[in-house]
Amino acid sequence: MKRYLPIVIIAGVLIIAVVAGIALWKSSKLAQEEPASQPFAQSTPQASPSQMAQVAQTPAPPPVQLPPDNPHALGGLNAKVTLDEYGDYQCPPCGALYPELKTLEKDYGDQVRFVFHQFPLPTVHKHAELAAHAAEAAALQGHFWEMHDMLYQNQLSWSVAEDARPVFIQYARMLGLDVDRFTRDLDSPEVKARVDTDTERGKSLGVQGTPTVFINGRQLKPEVMTNEGLRLALDYMLGKKK
Amino acid sequence: MGASNSKTRTGNQKREPKTPASSRGIYILILMTLLSLVGLADSIYLTVKHYTGGIVPCTLTNNCEQVLNSSYATIGGVPLAALGALAYFTVFSLSTLAAFGNPRARSLLFYVVLLMLAVSIWLFILQAFVLHAFCQFCLLSAITTLLLTLLVIADRFYFRRKYEAI
Repeated sequence: MKRYLPIVIIAGVLIIAVVAGIALWKSSKLAQEEPASQPFAQSTPQASPSQMAQVAQTPAPPPVQLPPDNPHALGGLNAKVTLDEYGDYQCPPCGALYPELKTLEKDYGDQVRFVFHQFPLPTVHKHAELAAHAAEAAALQGHFWEMHDMLYQNQLSWSVAEDARPVFIQYARMLGLDVDRFTRDLDSPEVKARVDTDTERGKSLGVQGTPTVFINGRQLKPEVMTNEGLRLALDYMLGKKK
Repeated sequence: MGASNSKTRTGNQKREPKTPASSRGIYILILMTLLSLVGLADSIYLTVKHYTGGIVPCTLTNNCEQVLNSSYATIGGVPLAALGALAYFTVFSLSTLAAFGNPRARSLLFYVVLLMLAVSIWLFILQAFVLHAFCQFCLLSAITTLLLTLLVIADRFYFRRKYEAI
């Protein structure tokens, strides 16, 4: 019997590995195909660590978040919970979500990290791309959030402008930015690259429209993107179950 | 190679009656099986993510995707993560066999782990100097392999020498 024990163990691990791999595969596929129950769409990252743990019998990997590649984060930078927004400055629902997120930022303080990612939809919103560029150009001068606020707060006015460029330059002036540099940066490849990187990342995550919100990597269903819904989801992730 | 004579050189040490795996050395082998499971889980995870295109969480480092989507992440269409899974499974099998007293597995283990170390070092250099980006799951694998190397060296040159002629 002892002779075969190592073989049995090895075969057992092989089977567990294959099964876990397939389960992980399925859960990943599922997550991409359709959003499901509860506040969250079915999540890829959330499912995997537990399955990993089964295989490895070691502690699960660190809590799942989206890659913090994008430097635009507010709130607790090392918070347990991260809220990622993929937004288009010209999209009306994004504009409607903005004040909600502001109150959440205030209320949750350091408990939650709020991250904004550019996801302009230039085919529907003609100034969206330029607005994203404006925010990133301001970011190069360290004033991303100021421009971000400005763009969302004045969404209605610049959205209808024939040419938004002078409006954005005016905002930069109001914010005390280096206007010459800002104007140059609006068209710079670096700024474009930043916007494109965000958009690509969003697409790879399955973002199709805006606003799309992820909480700890789990996509929120559009219908719960209200103040209450967001609070529910954040509280859930913070472990304050009701 | 292979002559397993259980003579020890110093008189105060206990004689092991034909037990190929020493009672002390076996902990090393068990540790290696556990470590290889960590590596196996890690690389299975990365392999699945490679094929499903899911996002790999990136909390400790930045630019995981840059690493995992780089041209170095595959060899002839096969993701390195899959090769990693195979390698860790091999290590798991060999160290399990070795723990049960298979001397051939034990000596093969040494070479397999050294090969993995070489690959890990190369991948680390790529991340540090070519891609300028790190991926935590890749680093976890590198650390796992590094630990495996230390253990396999300890096994070969310290514990094993006491009980077996190499």
